[in-house]
Amino acid sequence: MTAPDAPADAPGAADAPGDAAARERRLHPVTPLRRAWAPVAVVLGWAAHDLNEAQRRLVQLTATTVLLGLAVLIPAAALYGFLSWWFTHFSVTDTELRIRTGLLFRRTAHIRLDRIQAVDVTQPLLARFIGVAKLRLDVIGADKRDELAFLGEREARALRAELLARAAGFAPESVHDVGEAPAEQLLHVPPRMLAVAILLTGAPFAMLLAALVVPSLLWLATHSLWTVVAAAVPLLGGAGTNSVGRFIKEYDWTVGESPDGLRIDHGLLDRDHETVPPGRVQTVRIVEPLLWRRLGWVRVELAVAGSSNSVLVPVAPREVARGVVERALPGVTVPGAEAFTRPPRRSGWCVPLWWRGYGLATTDAVFAARHGLVRRRLALVPHAKVQSVRLTQGPWERWRGVADVHVDTGANQTVTARLRDAGEAVELLRAQADRSRTGRRVARPDRWMSS
Amino acid sequence: METGTEGTADPGAGTAGEPVWTGLPRGLLRVRRLLLALWLVPLTILAGALLGAFAGGAWAAFALLPLAALLWGWAMLGRNWRSWRYAERADDLLISRGVLWREETIVPYGRMQLVEVTSGPLERRFGLASLQLHTAAAATDATIPGLTPPEAERLRDRLTELGEARSAGL
Repeated sequence: MTAPDAPADAPGAADAPGDAAARERRLHPVTPLRRAWAPVAVVLGWAAHDLNEAQRRLVQLTATTVLLGLAVLIPAAALYGFLSWWFTHFSVTDTELRIRTGLLFRRTAHIRLDRIQAVDVTQPLLARFIGVAKLRLDVIGADKRDELAFLGEREARALRAELLARAAGFAPESVHDVGEAPAEQLLHVPPRMLAVAILLTGAPFAMLLAALVVPSLLWLATHSLWTVVAAAVPLLGGAGTNSVGRFIKEYDWTVGESPDGLRIDHGLLDRDHETVPPGRVQTVRIVEPLLWRRLGWVRVELAVAGSSNSVLVPVAPREVARGVVERALPGVTVPGAEAFTRPPRRSGWCVPLWWRGYGLATTDAVFAARHGLVRRRLALVPHAKVQSVRLTQGPWERWRGVADVHVDTGANQTVTARLRDAGEAVELLRAQADRSRTGRRVARPDRWMSS
Repeated sequence: METGTEGTADPGAGTAGEPVWTGLPRGLLRVRRLLLALWLVPLTILAGALLGAFAGGAWAAFALLPLAALLWGWAMLGRNWRSWRYAERADDLLISRGVLWREETIVPYGRMQLVEVTSGPLERRFGLASLQLHTAAAATDATIPGLTPPEAERLRDRLTELGEARSAGL
């Protein structure tokens, strides 16, 4: 089956692009296959769970019983898959994406397009062979069930472009002509750099060490080969899958910028294509593990409300990453190391040694707090994204005359400037509240193409 | 209305731009002290009587422990109640609280997603209501307990109105 013809099979999907308002569409016809796996998986799971019993049953089976069983099972699975596909509809109106689903329990989700935080098109390995993709809108409070799986590859792209164009505030009649916004590539992570970076995080070595030490200790304690094997295999497996899994997931990482926002494409087997519209990034974190410091590499994480994606750049040289961050947060310059002020020396009584790692810099666009000595982390919050500001001071901190200032953002992340001088903290609290208010006035509108 | 911070002069309260703080009505303190006394007074009497009767006079001195707890708690509740205060400014709401662990929260009106007034059975019995603000950040913990119901409702209506006027997305 090829993707381009597929959407035409779905009833109502191929008529003229005139009044698109509430035209209902169905998912790609291969969708039932996804659900049809379920009964087979249950049987296989049962067989694997109790091998002896399964073998005995298998011997007892005669050809007729097998055929009879299959004759019941296959149509039942097919019917279930077909019905769940048949009763799932979606439509795009001017302001909403509507998903109607459910055979017995009806469920209708209306997702407001101006509240879109991110759009993800993902393609698991098998789906890539068939030429289909999942599309998910990240909205605050959205459900895992609200993803559209599966759509034809081309249809998914077209739908993403349409949704983004509508969310951006283009006139309804021009939405179909706008098409996909052109993207400019900002960054591509070479596979070799990614592999080196993952090895240098230290996690694989720690796991490997654990995989060698724990079984040796067990051997000394028990002298039972089976115990050792039972402990070593998951540990070694864990060491492998963790790093290899990360490599596979972050392979071919590309960050691009388009008028529709940031484009992040990655994956060796499963391909993910994420789009974060402008002004949706709440927090950016720049992480610098110890072993990367010599190479000048950093990792950049981002927080978008209601979205599970958290990596912007898995690894990049510091200057390149800084450039990407400045594109992700328009109007923001990442403060240099000299801009940060440390807590006063007396705060060493509250947090010995590590107090040196804390630092704070505020510019007229961003609140930046740094912490960590070994693994340095720098968190940036644009003033416009601040939901509330808090000052806290424990008894110990009051004794040394210092206080913490917390800034809460909509992605449920709190950035904290710890151990500031008490007077400065109070001033910072008031000033930050003012800055957030004025920052919001100049922020771009939710519908980023309307002015 | 009798409030906690009426007497305590706020440093620099006269200067422009400084918030005008409002304390909590005395009702909350009364309820909390009542609950404390309801638990600890019988405990003191019971401990004193039982220990005095079965173990002797010296042992009865242990009954002083709940009594001490009562007195200490009485004072602490007072201090905690006095530390709670809030201020409505032109664009944001300030809430300040805590004696040992101090916390001051600023929530801009435009960021409020939901304003909630709750009142449990005990609170209703004593004519109290609490107001809670929710923003898109779950970490925002902005609650004002022990308001009088009319004040809570006035605050809710005002905050909702201001929130609508200054509403901003995420």
